[in-house]
Amino acid sequence: MTIKTHTAGIAQAVVLAALAAYPLVGSEFYVEMVAKVLVLGIFAMSLDLLVGFTGLVSLGHSAYFGVAAYAVALIAPEFAPANLWFVLGAAVLISAAVALGIGLLVLRTRGIYFIMVTLAFTQMAFFLFHDTALGGGSDGIYLNFRPEPRIGGWMPFDLAEGSQLYYFILAVAVLVFVGIKRVLRSPFGRVLVGIKSNEHRMRSLGYSTFNYKLGAFVLAGALAGLAGVLYAVLFGFVTPELLSWHESGHVLMMVILGGMGSPVGAVLGAGAMVALEEAFSLLTTHWQLLMGGVILAVVLFLPGGLIALPGRMRQLIKSGGPHE
Amino acid sequence: MNNRIHKLTVALAGAVALGGATLPAAHAAEKIKVGLMLPATGTYAKLGTAITNGFKLYVDENGGKIGGLDVEYAVVDDESDPAKATENANKLVKRDEVDVLVGTVHSGVAMAMAKVARGTKTLMIVPNAGADELTGPLCAPNVFRTSFSNWQPSYAMGPVLLEKGIKKVVTLTWKYSAGLQAIDGFKESFTAGGGQIVKELTLPFPNTEFQPYLTEIAALKPDAVFVFFAGGGAVKLVKDYAAAGLKDSIPLYGSGFLTDGTLAAMGGAGEGLETTLQYADGLDNARDQAFRGGYAKAYGSAPDVYAVQGYDAAQLLAAGVSAVKGKIEDRKGMITGMEAAKIDSPRGAFSISAAHNPVQDIYLRKAQGELNPAVKVAAKALADPARGCRMQ
Amino acid sequence: MDIFSFLVQTLNAVQYGLLLFLVASGLTLVFGIMGIINLAHGSFYMAGAYLAFGLTSATGSLVWAIVLGVPLAMLVGAALEALLFVHLYKRDHLEQVLLTYGLILIFEELRSLIVGNDVHGVAMPDFLAGSIPLNDTLSYPVYRLAISAVCVVLAIGLYFLIQRTRLGMMIRAGSHDRDMVQALGINITVIYRVVFALGVAMAALAGMLAAPISSVGPNMGGQVLILSFVVVVIGGIGSVWGALLGALLIGFADTFGKVILPEFAGAMVYLVMAAVLLWRPEGLLKKGA
Repeated sequence: MTIKTHTAGIAQAVVLAALAAYPLVGSEFYVEMVAKVLVLGIFAMSLDLLVGFTGLVSLGHSAYFGVAAYAVALIAPEFAPANLWFVLGAAVLISAAVALGIGLLVLRTRGIYFIMVTLAFTQMAFFLFHDTALGGGSDGIYLNFRPEPRIGGWMPFDLAEGSQLYYFILAVAVLVFVGIKRVLRSPFGRVLVGIKSNEHRMRSLGYSTFNYKLGAFVLAGALAGLAGVLYAVLFGFVTPELLSWHESGHVLMMVILGGMGSPVGAVLGAGAMVALEEAFSLLTTHWQLLMGGVILAVVLFLPGGLIALPGRMRQLIKSGGPHE
Repeated sequence: MNNRIHKLTVALAGAVALGGATLPAAHAAEKIKVGLMLPATGTYAKLGTAITNGFKLYVDENGGKIGGLDVEYAVVDDESDPAKATENANKLVKRDEVDVLVGTVHSGVAMAMAKVARGTKTLMIVPNAGADELTGPLCAPNVFRTSFSNWQPSYAMGPVLLEKGIKKVVTLTWKYSAGLQAIDGFKESFTAGGGQIVKELTLPFPNTEFQPYLTEIAALKPDAVFVFFAGGGAVKLVKDYAAAGLKDSIPLYGSGFLTDGTLAAMGGAGEGLETTLQYADGLDNARDQAFRGGYAKAYGSAPDVYAVQGYDAAQLLAAGVSAVKGKIEDRKGMITGMEAAKIDSPRGAFSISAAHNPVQDIYLRKAQGELNPAVKVAAKALADPARGCRMQ
Repeated sequence: MDIFSFLVQTLNAVQYGLLLFLVASGLTLVFGIMGIINLAHGSFYMAGAYLAFGLTSATGSLVWAIVLGVPLAMLVGAALEALLFVHLYKRDHLEQVLLTYGLILIFEELRSLIVGNDVHGVAMPDFLAGSIPLNDTLSYPVYRLAISAVCVVLAIGLYFLIQRTRLGMMIRAGSHDRDMVQALGINITVIYRVVFALGVAMAALAGMLAAPISSVGPNMGGQVLILSFVVVVIGGIGSVWGALLGALLIGFADTFGKVILPEFAGAMVYLVMAAVLLWRPEGLLKKGA
């Protein structure tokens, strides 16, 4: 046990060092791609909080991501950079508030019904931006300038510079990663895990499970919003499609591909998804055929996701063959 | 024979761009890298293929060269997904380091591309997406379009209907930017001439349950209905419209995308529909006939408006390259050359407006079998008003 | 809205609702009885529409296309169950969602590889091609009314199959307790295969019947997929009558939403679903009703 956590710690340090060193060697495009993986990693971790730990499968998580991205684009002035801390705080607050409102309603349902109501709300949010002139309609809206991280007259770094933006995103991702780990170790997190394995028991133990679930829902929504802010800053373009259920499905796919119930798995899933899409689309125009095949293979042969791969291999070697 | 015409065209385009100076010298050793960002999968895959074919046809006709430079392609499937668009555009600009970005069909994706093009000062040619913004408020020196603005084809329809004595019109479109902008274009010319829009109906994209709207149209009894639809939605609307018995009592008009590539699937319900577009079948010009022959020979099918727009994107690029005699580092010179270009398009020659959108004839066409032959020119050399464009 | 328009709109709503039921009925079957969330349901609908297109071109008639196409779809369904879905019964919903999503991608690309990306139309049979005039401007297509009739027959047939036949009894028992049924000597494997094949065939049939009044093209499955789920979930999973009720409700919400509240037409269906589920968190009619 201690050896295992020890190796995991070393592995995480190595990965972090590699990520920190990457802009020194990588080209501009790939640095941006890794930044995107980190943003999607935050997004996936936030969803994993619901799906993997609390047992709430949401197919509407893109709503909070997209609402925050729109908030950034709409709050920022057209001809000047906005203040990063202000737009960041405001956008995350807005997505948390939206999650609170939706959570109060949807948490009354469970199972497949929960999946469908969350989908319904994200579709409503999608139509709000797609069908009205609020955010530029179906064509989307530009964020003309990357926000400035000004504190008073002092600017500690400059996001307009690619590598500084990268490090900012990396720092946020690490903070979210560490933060989620801490939350999960806290009494609050233990109740969430308890709810996943047996909600009835938690309730009979005297926990107000609804409030805990709502807490998880709002926290997940706020973190998804944080990812949405970073997405808007990174790409400078916000479109209604960010809120569509396809994006919700996409991020759910990342969580499962990487392995549910593990922040490492969520980030891994985001990375693997982006890498596979990139590799396959270079190979053939019918790359989605390959993508579909990989998804099938993961479900059939690797139920625990990528994170379970080392364990499965070890097991395979020990027993000398596959077994269920 | 064909080949000679095309060589002459290049030469002509180059000569025009240079203001009648010497022909461009060949730079055999040099190449231009073209980034094609078009849909290869999804709803618009067919359009993406047609545009690619058109572009490559021009290059192949000129011995694999554009303005004397060898062409190297970098291709990205944009899936018509705006959520991935910025990254996809960056793939071409930053990873593959293309000299010019060509794309795309979907307006939202094109907007994201234009943002990347503006940020990196990469030359960009839009071979379809009609978003008014691209050559309006978001116009930029390095962004050109060889297709149309959403405003253009439908603006031309207003006077046509007024001439027929039609006074009251109901409009119907999907509730998305392309549709709304097209309806605005029509409304502008139609109401300016004294026409009245009785009601503007919209349905959520990509919903195709038209029955409630047809009932409403029957109750409103306008003189005519003007619509903007394309692809599968267009097929279904025209079939439903005919099945509801409205076709004869309340004539249907539309922007030309309604009947482009969709008439066969309509199975006769589209017969006689009048639409306006920058291209038509059976145009009486040698340029078009040569183009159609060449296209059919190369790809085994008849070209459509999308193929023409792809072909003209290559022509426009050739004009720019020729203007700087292949020295494409001279971006400013290329832009000047492209601005001055007179494109000898299969649709009829067109020039480039100050906002970098085609100034072109819009045809009135009448569907006949699977074709859209031109009835007349509905608007001569129509330029988009380019509202909000401040070219820096 | 005058009374005539109101009546015609009501007809539109019922007709659209029944069409939605047709599309969703196969989903209720597979979803309610086997407990499988099948996102690829829309793909089977699309496959049906393309089958109708191909077979109508080959045989000259949609009727023949359906006669040949339905058994073909059943065979494909049975094969898919034996190869893929059989692995899903003991998995959770999430993995089912994932696997069937993978199938969507595969089916969509296969469609593009095999038949290309064109939009096609399918001719309706001549004897149903007419329209009935409602007043001097508006008529109603006979084919739409015919589909409505088929949907009603199908709903009743499905009800009888599940509630009144021996196979139905086994199916119902199997959906409650798989192991017990197996212990009683009933071959549950075969029953599940039949149910799944039936579900695929119904989706394909819906695609074939809808082909003449829609356009056959890329991504047509995706558009009906979500609506089918909405219908099934509103009605209560596994309930045939619930699905019918849900379908009609959505038919009315969509039709009158477009006429009365055009600004919110896009969100209307989802608004209704959210409202229903907040009111009754397990759908209008629970399972078995």
